Amino acid sequence: MKKNKKNNFMLTDNQMAEFVSKGYLIFENIIDDKTNKKFLNEIGHTSTSLNKKNTDQSWLAEHYNEIMKTSKIPLVKAGTSLKKAYRKKTALNDVMSNPVLSGAIKSLVGDKPKLDHHFLHITFPSEYYHDANQKISQGNHNDCVIDPREKTFDIQLFYFPTAVEKNMGGTRYIPGSHFRMVNEYAIARYHNIRGQKHVVCSAGTVIIFHHNIWHGAGINNSKKIRYGFKIRLMPTQKQVKLWTKKTYKNNHKEEALYWNRGVEKNSIKEILQKTEPWFEADSGRLDILNRIRLWRHITNDKNFDAAYWLTRIENDYN
Amino acid sequence: MKRQDILILYLSNSSLESNVIGWARHYGDKKKIGMPGDNDNPPYERGIEAVHDGWRLFQSSQLEQHPRGDEYRTGYLKYEFFFEKIK
Repeated sequence: MKKNKKNNFMLTDNQMAEFVSKGYLIFENIIDDKTNKKFLNEIGHTSTSLNKKNTDQSWLAEHYNEIMKTSKIPLVKAGTSLKKAYRKKTALNDVMSNPVLSGAIKSLVGDKPKLDHHFLHITFPSEYYHDANQKISQGNHNDCVIDPREKTFDIQLFYFPTAVEKNMGGTRYIPGSHFRMVNEYAIARYHNIRGQKHVVCSAGTVIIFHHNIWHGAGINNSKKIRYGFKIRLMPTQKQVKLWTKKTYKNNHKEEALYWNRGVEKNSIKEILQKTEPWFEADSGRLDILNRIRLWRHITNDKNFDAAYWLTRIENDYN
Repeated sequence: MKRQDILILYLSNSSLESNVIGWARHYGDKKKIGMPGDNDNPPYERGIEAVHDGWRLFQSSQLEQHPRGDEYRTGYLKYEFFFEKIK
């Protein structure tokens, strides 16, 4: 994270490359306790004695209805500018004004993003449920129908106002899955994927995900309610050099594969070529190609390459 | 009554000898349930190990030609193998 002349924290090149490569960035504990408590107070009705009443699970809908009636979380029209979405002095405005988070949002989707949707996810302890079918974790999915965009991306902020402990079933997500064009729950058959991660974090953590990342909610085996507030933002401009004014020009000649001294540690090229444990031998290479293509786009460096992945297939004289 | 247990493996290439990168278990016994995210460690390192352990392969995915113009698009996991055990 670096501070620019306007006193904004913008992402670094390496953080941008991490996002391109993995499809997420984690900001652990960046929202202070006071704001977290303020947010929890603003949620509204949050009775925890819900499971005592009935066995038909109607309490779940009733609970959400009560929250909707009493909550200070605003109803926002889809497409509202982020700047106008949350009133001043509200917890959500405080969260989105956090300088680190604000800098990350500007770096990824610019300074005029629009709100696509937002939602308070409440995951109740499994003991609240009487029906065995409701004690099953959520299947893997992405949050979109088939999305053919290759350069433009939305971001989804997951804000955790309370700590998420291991047995609370924090969101499971698949690093590096954001280039895979699938249709929502079509991937639910994939129960487990090598290298999958589960959110375990302290209160006040925010994770920014690429909109297409594969994920699913875990089962909450604790006695505490798990909260996650999701905000999806869409850009209103080309996502090119939004985090920097630097000119990128790929003039670094690499040593040819495979007889070389290895890729420079923590370099952009290394970050973009880091494979995930679940990558197939063949499709995983295509994912790397797609990362390089996105990096070319966001840096406006049309000649950028790593290990000749794109140069090789672009060498066509016909 | 005999029941079918099902194991689905996703492998890193089209060979049954290759590494397991994804998996799901389903049980004929309704008291048991396999669910998303229930295990971070694969049941076998390689696909063939399931066969060595008595699982019977009954379906695997076909190799498909890459459509022109869409050669670099990635999507679903490609190498899917269905196994069963009758108990």
